[in-house]
Amino acid sequence: MTLIHETDFGTPPAGSAAMVRLTIDGASVSVPEATSILRAAMEAGVQIPKLCATDSLNAFGSCRVCLVEIEGRGGLPASCTTPVAPGIVVHTQTERLSAVRRGVMELYASDHPRDWFSDPKQGANELFQVAASVGLREVRYGSDGCTHGAAAKDESNPYFAFDPARCIVCSRYVRACEETQGTYALTIAGRGFDSRVSAGMEEGFLASECVSCGACVQACPTSALIEKSVIAQGMPEHSVVTTCAYCGVGCAFKAEMRGEQVVRMVPWKDGKANHGHSCIKGRFAWGYANHRDRILNPMVRAKITDPWREVSWAEAIAHTAAEFRRIQGKYGRGSVGGITSSRCTNEETFLVQKLVRAAFGNNNVDTCARVCHSPTGYGLKNTFGTSAGTQDFDSVDQADVMLVIGANPTDAHPVFASRMKRRLRAGAKLIVIDPRRIDLVRTPHVEAQYHLPIRPGTNVAVLDAIAHVIVTEGLVDEAFVRERCEGEAFRRWAEFVAEARNSPEAIGPVCGVDPGLIRAAARLYAAGPNSAIYYGLGVTEHSQGSTSVIALANLAMATGNIGREGVGVNPLRGQNNVQGSCDMGSFPHELSGYRHISDGATRALFEAAWKVPLDAEPGLRIPNMFDAAVDGSFMGLYIQGEDIVQSDPDTHHVTAGLAAMECVVVQDLFLNETAQFAHVFLPGSSFLEKDGTFTNAERRIQLVRRVMAPKNGYEDWEVTQMLAGALGYPMHYTHAREIMDEIARLTPTFAGVSFARLEELGSVQWPCNEQAPEGTPVMHMGGFVRGKGRFLITEYVPTDEKVGPRFPLLLTTGRILTQYNVGAQTRRTDNSLWHDEDLLEIHPQDAEDRGIREGDWVKLASRAGATSLRAKVTERVAPGVVYTTFHHPETQANVITTDYSDWATNCPEYKVTAVQVSPTNGPTEWQEHYSELGRATRRIAPASAAE
Amino acid sequence: MTRIFIPRDSAALACGADEVAEALAAQARARGLALEIVRNGSRGMFWLEPLVEVETPAGRIGYGPVAPEDVAGLIAAGFPAAPAHPLALGPVAEIAFLKRQTRFTFARCGLTDPLSLADYRAHGGYRGLARALSLGAAETVEEVVRSGLRGRGGAGFPTGVKWKTVREARGARKYVVCNADEGDSGTFADRMIMEGDPFALIEGMTIAAFATGAAKGYIYVRSEYPDAIAAMNAAIGLARGAGLLGPDVMAGGFAFDLEVRKGAGSYVCGEETAMLESLEGKRGMVRAKPPLPAHKGLFGQPSVINNLVSFASVPFILAEGAKAYADVGFGRSRGTMPIQLAGNIRHGGLYEIAFGVSLGELIDEVGGGTASGRPVRAVQAGGPLGAYFPRALFDTPYDYEAFAARDGLIGHGGLVVFDDTVDMARQARFAMEFCALESCGKCTPCRIGSVRGMEVMDRLIAGENRSANLALLRDLCNTMKWGSLCAMGGFTPYPVMSALTHFPEDFGPHSLPAAAE
Ligand SMILES: Cc1cc2nc3c(=O)[nH]c(=O)nc-3n(C[C@H](O)[C@H](O)[C@H](O)COP(=O)(O)O)c2cc1C
Ligand code: SF4
Ligand code: SF4
Ligand code: SF4
Ligand code: FES
Repeated sequence: MTLIHETDFGTPPAGSAAMVRLTIDGASVSVPEATSILRAAMEAGVQIPKLCATDSLNAFGSCRVCLVEIEGRGGLPASCTTPVAPGIVVHTQTERLSAVRRGVMELYASDHPRDWFSDPKQGANELFQVAASVGLREVRYGSDGCTHGAAAKDESNPYFAFDPARCIVCSRYVRACEETQGTYALTIAGRGFDSRVSAGMEEGFLASECVSCGACVQACPTSALIEKSVIAQGMPEHSVVTTCAYCGVGCAFKAEMRGEQVVRMVPWKDGKANHGHSCIKGRFAWGYANHRDRILNPMVRAKITDPWREVSWAEAIAHTAAEFRRIQGKYGRGSVGGITSSRCTNEETFLVQKLVRAAFGNNNVDTCARVCHSPTGYGLKNTFGTSAGTQDFDSVDQADVMLVIGANPTDAHPVFASRMKRRLRAGAKLIVIDPRRIDLVRTPHVEAQYHLPIRPGTNVAVLDAIAHVIVTEGLVDEAFVRERCEGEAFRRWAEFVAEARNSPEAIGPVCGVDPGLIRAAARLYAAGPNSAIYYGLGVTEHSQGSTSVIALANLAMATGNIGREGVGVNPLRGQNNVQGSCDMGSFPHELSGYRHISDGATRALFEAAWKVPLDAEPGLRIPNMFDAAVDGSFMGLYIQGEDIVQSDPDTHHVTAGLAAMECVVVQDLFLNETAQFAHVFLPGSSFLEKDGTFTNAERRIQLVRRVMAPKNGYEDWEVTQMLAGALGYPMHYTHAREIMDEIARLTPTFAGVSFARLEELGSVQWPCNEQAPEGTPVMHMGGFVRGKGRFLITEYVPTDEKVGPRFPLLLTTGRILTQYNVGAQTRRTDNSLWHDEDLLEIHPQDAEDRGIREGDWVKLASRAGATSLRAKVTERVAPGVVYTTFHHPETQANVITTDYSDWATNCPEYKVTAVQVSPTNGPTEWQEHYSELGRATRRIAPASAAE
Repeated sequence: MTRIFIPRDSAALACGADEVAEALAAQARARGLALEIVRNGSRGMFWLEPLVEVETPAGRIGYGPVAPEDVAGLIAAGFPAAPAHPLALGPVAEIAFLKRQTRFTFARCGLTDPLSLADYRAHGGYRGLARALSLGAAETVEEVVRSGLRGRGGAGFPTGVKWKTVREARGARKYVVCNADEGDSGTFADRMIMEGDPFALIEGMTIAAFATGAAKGYIYVRSEYPDAIAAMNAAIGLARGAGLLGPDVMAGGFAFDLEVRKGAGSYVCGEETAMLESLEGKRGMVRAKPPLPAHKGLFGQPSVINNLVSFASVPFILAEGAKAYADVGFGRSRGTMPIQLAGNIRHGGLYEIAFGVSLGELIDEVGGGTASGRPVRAVQAGGPLGAYFPRALFDTPYDYEAFAARDGLIGHGGLVVFDDTVDMARQARFAMEFCALESCGKCTPCRIGSVRGMEVMDRLIAGENRSANLALLRDLCNTMKWGSLCAMGGFTPYPVMSALTHFPEDFGPHSLPAAAE
């Protein structure tokens, strides 16, 4: 095993079809027009020294070591900034060039620490490499000259350090922050020799606008910016490519190792979702895998008030199997079930649902994706025919207009947000529909054309109004609709949206937006020519979540913005494998590939493969499981990798359900909130410790590779397999790839997928089968998956959750960049430096009415419950709306949220809750009770007592 | 009513021109003299400023340099007709310094009221634009090509060729940008036009806009030129009012407007791409070329960038025809150059003459040698990045190619004279110091090299390790010359190496490597 070496071509590819032929060092070379001479040479295998150029950034031309000679042209042009021209004859090595290059390197060396052994990067330091390659042997300037040797280091960021003494002011990191990340946190301050990199207004990295994406660290050719883990552990010696386990972007990383230790995670240039970029979570927040809180031994207990007792794997598995059989014996076959996780691999998810259907003998399997994106599945399936986003991420480069609704990409999907920002800087236009003024509305060099700050819960209304404008102002793409969609359904829909009650003028007051703004946004979206919709949980987590998704699909069809690059309807998935867990048959009514369990042919296929009869009746959804538990008919639950107590809405309902069960099995890395109600704890393995695949928001299936042995002894799927065996349904997989083979055999859209294929292609987007052996980047190209696109009527029905005198404000929830979901992992890293508590955002007006000041403790109450947290007074939220995150268990924002849910899918209505906010002195009684419970139920008996 | 001309050029103001004008007005009031005082531009004879001129049927009669306290005496001697007064200079046009010139570009400067459009027109103004409109855009560009006009800002690139590139470039918008940052020490031609004949610049830029298809122009003026900025703004306002700028220029069916921007106060902001960055509101950092500004300039759009003198030369070329301009000159240097004589020189000022005159003639005859009266030892030509010429090279004709052949620079036309007390090693160090001070810091050879250059020069001056340090200095100059991104670092070696080559004795008493052989 060695370190993966990625060739740096110096400048980005030119992307031109016309080819130019030239001569480099005597060899004839042909490259696309506008390619730099530097890149042309690199592609031909001729290495020209370079320092300020790197192929993720536009050429800059500052270091001057890449100079070349071109016959017939004077001077020594820099090969990075000089494009090829037909017939030119380039020489990359001449005496004159050597002298100048050596002269430049001697200057660099004269202002650089000379004790090379103190350099953290050692031989990987590009400055040293170039110095060696140009033959620098001595530095004649003496050591008493003016240098930056004494400049103070900036070690404020927990993950990386900046040492200005080692900075060569190549601007690579400044440009990375601008071009790659789009944050513009860094500048060059001072002029001439005094030029140096400065974060923000000279305030240091931590306090600056920096979002710790790491792009600058990666871009730095020297050791000026470097991961603290490298300083501490030394340079890695081998690397393994794997996939980030945080969000639905699915960034590919090189896990760079020293022995069995991860030194750093470096985004992989060939990653098709991220193209070498990353965010703070994937790049830096992986330390949780080694956190001392991790539980490595199985544990059981009779009652949740007992302390945990560590047991062997054999005992834990046998105990669980016995309990589940006992419960089924007593309460019936349907009294147990399982919950799959969007955090786990496709293979693990598939296996859990197989366990439930084949070994439990019922269909009581559901997934936490229920709580986020089930409306996507429903909405897109019923309009287009597939439960998935229509585009790949690269498609955004062709978009002219982006409509972002109910999503906050800069925080939740940072790497894709950087892509969006780059496209927006290049001139694409932006419409944002969101109650909050999310960052994208205005960031450096990006400004939304229109921001529609709608009242939470009025998505459908505003989308109907946009459709109204499109239909009544003649903006429909008639040819597209005629050719590609069901005519009758369209006619009915068009009639519906054209009704006056759906006009912006009628809807404006409902959603609190100026009708003129709605009209303008509608016209811009319809004008395109390529308009793409991106949406998130702010669309799905509503009582009309599915309706909203359908409304978006209608808009795309009506304007012909579907079925090619640059357009489409794109859900931004929350967790890393939301798409995959849905694909894998995690819902009670569907087998993998979204085929209904009642469909005899599909069932027969699985029955033949699994050699058991399957129940034709859909099983229980998550909320119904809790209902049934309270009713006394559902008593055993196997929860893999999910913290439903914290992530599911209406915490009281969830905890009541769990408390009523007789055997709750939690498989996780940590004693999470749900484990407080568990009787069996099975330690889980982190993504670094297993093989498998994740499927990201663009349907891209990517390999997760094991870089170290599982600390708990088993990959998660192995535990599921052991449990199945103990239940009398033996499984015989020896590697995750065999599970994927079975998925491929049983799922037409996955027919062409295998680990071997993924190794070969890097990744693949489903459907991948005989018709599309390399996968499908953009869907619905010549026709919809369901044949003709179907318009569905989207009547706006206000949620039952209404503000009133007791609860006059609307609460909506979301997430922030540095924390992930329930925070189990990110809270166990230094990311907490940025977000160590959940805060309630409240408009200055509302705050003043209540006598609330910045930082005050406030009580947040709904009809479901109350919690306390501190206030942040900001105009980001509109008057009448408050906002918080749900990363910290102490806050338990979901104590507040209600049990209202999407009519079609039960996806909970996280995004709208009527609340009241009032000043208070500290945590509520419930919070205190709950933290007491947490302490009590997390006790682990000392090892001796276990005997 | 007698018309009296007293310059309001800043060079004259610095010598008390305002006070002279006030004193004269007061005296006229007191004595009931019917005088009309016109504040004109400067004639460019700085040793005569403030130069007071009286309009007479026999032409303009000059008096200078006039101090405020001279006014009473002048009046007593019969001013406005005081031919016997010691300050009387006779007909201004007959003053040798002026008479020997060929004034194409500066024809009006000092003659007219700078802010009188009527005056401007009366002296041939706007004939150039009128002819351009009748020729059409393409032919206008050709006319500039034919004139042989080369950029007067530094590099001497053919102006017409540049315009042609912009004309043919595709872009959503196009811009015309005037470089009036005038950073070279001892140069003032740009300022004199802005203060003395601003409409010439406006007309020149308007012709450029018409020829290339631009609708908006910027004038980037050195921040130390508040009077010039005020004059330009006033002139632009007048031109707008007269329909010479705005939506339909001269009823010729095209739109063009101008805006004055104050420079960022650093030398390198005169480098065209740094100037563009500065105009875009960013730090004045040099951009790598390509892309050429003619293809992607201001805000990424095709842009004509020229020095002010280049633009101001265009109205003559269009009005009188390319041939009239190209007929004078030397070799590939056609037309005239407003040469600016400065430093230790007796007759400092602006001298517009056809190319080809020798350096020696300019310094010794036109300039009259040093002001100190000591022998001339060195002349720095072409600004702070230009080489030092010793007397031995005074036969060099004033011509781009001839200068280049001797590692010299025409640049913006500045000549700075030094007498025999100058220490050329210190001048060489100063060149490095200037570079260190003004470097934008983008590229390594200039950013670090200039500081190391100062250090090496310090060691040389202190007499340390002479031969090793000289070798290092030569290597460093080679690296800076060939490696720098722009001419700031790339030309700094010229003054350094010319000092070393022509004045080796200043670099130490001991034998030099070159001399040792
Ligand atoms: C360091 C540096 C400073 C410069 N300063 C000026 C200046 O003050 N005025 C100017 O016209 N050109 C200056 N130039 C030259 C410009 O870059 C550019 O060549 C010129 O404006 C083009 O106009 P022209 O073709 O009419 O000469 C400078 C160049 C360099 C490298
Ligand atoms: S970590 Fe990312 S956001 Fe922070 S300075 Fe570096 S590139 Fe910019
Ligand atoms: S959290 Fe998402 S955006 Fe960040 S590195 Fe991981 S996959 Fe990429
Ligand atoms: S030579 Fe000097 S001024 Fe020019 S780009 Fe380089 S650092 Fe900047
Ligand atoms: S790599 Fe070309 S100038 Fe730095």
